[in-house]
Amino acid sequence: MSNQMTKKREPLFHIVRRDNMPMLAAWGYRIGAFVLALLLNAVFVWCMVRVDPITFYSTMWEGAFGSESYIWATLKAAAKLLCIAVALSPAFKMRFWNIGAEGQVLIGGMAAAFVMYHYTALPTVVLFLVMIIASIIAGGIWGFLPAFFKAKMNANETLFTLMMNYIAMNVVDYFYDKWRGFRSALGILNQNTKIGWFASIWKDNDTDGLMTNEDFWFIVVILVIMTLMFFYLKLTKQGYEISVVGESHNMARYAGISVNKVILRTMILSGAICGFCGFLVVSSQSHTISSGLASGYGFTAIIVAWLSKFNTFTMAGVSLLIVALEKGSALMANTYGMRGFSSSAADVMVGAMLLLIIGSEFFINYKLMFRKKDKEVQAA
Amino acid sequence: MTVDILIGWLQQAIRFAAFIMLASLGELLIEKSGSLNLGTPGTMCVGAAAGFISVFYYCNSTEDPNAAIIILLALGVSFVAATFMGVLFGFFTISLRINQNVVGLVMTMFGCGLAEFLSVYFIKSESGNVRCQEAYDVLTAKIPFLSDKLGYVSDILFSYGFMVYATIALIVGMMIFLYRTRAGLNLRAVGENPGTADAAGINVTGYKYAAACVGSGLIGMAGIFCVMEFKSGAWATADVPAIEAFGWLAVALVIFALWKPINLLWGAVVFGVCYWAESYLPQMGIVISTDIVQMLPYVITILVLIVVNLRKNKENQGPASLGLPYFREER
Repeated sequence: MSNQMTKKREPLFHIVRRDNMPMLAAWGYRIGAFVLALLLNAVFVWCMVRVDPITFYSTMWEGAFGSESYIWATLKAAAKLLCIAVALSPAFKMRFWNIGAEGQVLIGGMAAAFVMYHYTALPTVVLFLVMIIASIIAGGIWGFLPAFFKAKMNANETLFTLMMNYIAMNVVDYFYDKWRGFRSALGILNQNTKIGWFASIWKDNDTDGLMTNEDFWFIVVILVIMTLMFFYLKLTKQGYEISVVGESHNMARYAGISVNKVILRTMILSGAICGFCGFLVVSSQSHTISSGLASGYGFTAIIVAWLSKFNTFTMAGVSLLIVALEKGSALMANTYGMRGFSSSAADVMVGAMLLLIIGSEFFINYKLMFRKKDKEVQAA
Repeated sequence: MTVDILIGWLQQAIRFAAFIMLASLGELLIEKSGSLNLGTPGTMCVGAAAGFISVFYYCNSTEDPNAAIIILLALGVSFVAATFMGVLFGFFTISLRINQNVVGLVMTMFGCGLAEFLSVYFIKSESGNVRCQEAYDVLTAKIPFLSDKLGYVSDILFSYGFMVYATIALIVGMMIFLYRTRAGLNLRAVGENPGTADAAGINVTGYKYAAACVGSGLIGMAGIFCVMEFKSGAWATADVPAIEAFGWLAVALVIFALWKPINLLWGAVVFGVCYWAESYLPQMGIVISTDIVQMLPYVITILVLIVVNLRKNKENQGPASLGLPYFREER
């Protein structure tokens, strides 16, 4: 018996954790994965629709950045994705799996739309204040509930936040159907008066330009949030507490940090920023409400936040990349739709790319130790 | 009159429940091994698309399609395609040790995109519906005699395609496997405490992979089941988001059922009743917002989640290591 045991061969390799890979080498792996993904996608497109890689990528580029209107569309969508990812970053840094961003954005947007729909008589400044506060409170509640039950009784936050998404969607559907009445769709809110729109702030001096562009201000506000969050996580005491709680609850308790308080505070913050994002989208982009408000970015943002290692500036780059692939695919679908290319290819390509990039994390964190030749073992 | 409406409602609810149940059964198996697979919706879409496309091509290429081949193609191809998703999930979460939530969400994105892309590419009909009548007839064949001769009993219990009964048989089989066999015990041990299971000589990686593959396969079969029984054999690319939503409902049902296969049976029917309230409540003269009724499954699931944690009864909780990674070297 024991003889058999010793004869069993050592496995081909075993896995060892790396201590710290130099930053440059780590980025080398990530960029390698990215390039590999670009190649794979080109092969995929060639096999499916016979479009050569150069035409393919130039069309993709054109679709994302080819004209001024394309650039705006890309930047707007990327900003929305970025805003949600930034909102998620403190929760993720705390290792709290907030899968509920989609619902938090929706409920925030819903609150803003509710104010916009019902309180049209308020003066502009007051109206905006009420809209902002309502959306922040709504999002905050959606973040608070799972955090409360996580802190008090350790309820699984992934599943809890996931369910909250669908409750928010149904709440939005409820108001959508109620306001729609017998019309086929709700349409734009306050189309003529523009009450509650970003545009209503400067409606008197009606000039064309960056200063009176709703999209421009949408992006600017989100960039400000991104910068603030970066410093909140890096420089403040609260940001430090978040990272300690993320490392280990016991360590945090030992250091005198109230873990429950940090969990609640951070999740309310995370939900509130998502809710605020809902307000931004309703007020400056969609000017209406529907359960498609967040366009699934609540889920994509989770991956963005995780990939970027809680660095909000990296998030901006990753968001732009994902959105560029989406917009590029849309143009590809327009051009080569006859050959069976549909815009849903974006999800396939982004999915494959993300899998490869997150797969490279393994090689950054671990290394494979191969079995040594038998001779060496004997010598040792 | 009301009785007829109620029976119609229940029939639709059970029809809905059957494929959600099957998807939940797959997810339950995966969760029992300690993996939280959020790729369920994507897996379901891939299974549905792959199964339907293969059957569609087969039926259009022969004059006289063979029933056995249709069943084999529909169920086999969807199972294999979904297993491929399971292998991917397993490779990234078990071998490469990447976070399960992240991988699961990417798989959902990837799977739904792939399903849409394949359906547009192969069926060449982006907006129009296509239907596969032969496959529908074969895959929703009813049990003779029982389905029409017994009055209300037939209507309520036997008016469904054979796959509904096959699903119930699978659930019973899963209960026997999980609670009456050595392998089932080992699997549950891996989900509860992989460290201890490993020390006891159980092949943790093997069990996790097997659960991910078989579970994903079942989820994929639920996809084609949904297209056949629920969508009456019709396929449209625009249906993929609906199948995705059903996939999330299946994830919710696993919690609702407290990770016990037996509870899937009635839990899924409750979900089905809520889903169909939209069509049947107005017929009975009850005016209530259907959006609120459709919210109920999720609200109840959250309440279940809270109550389970409140009672602190280990019997009713999910696998202890659910969602946690396991590295032998890091204990």
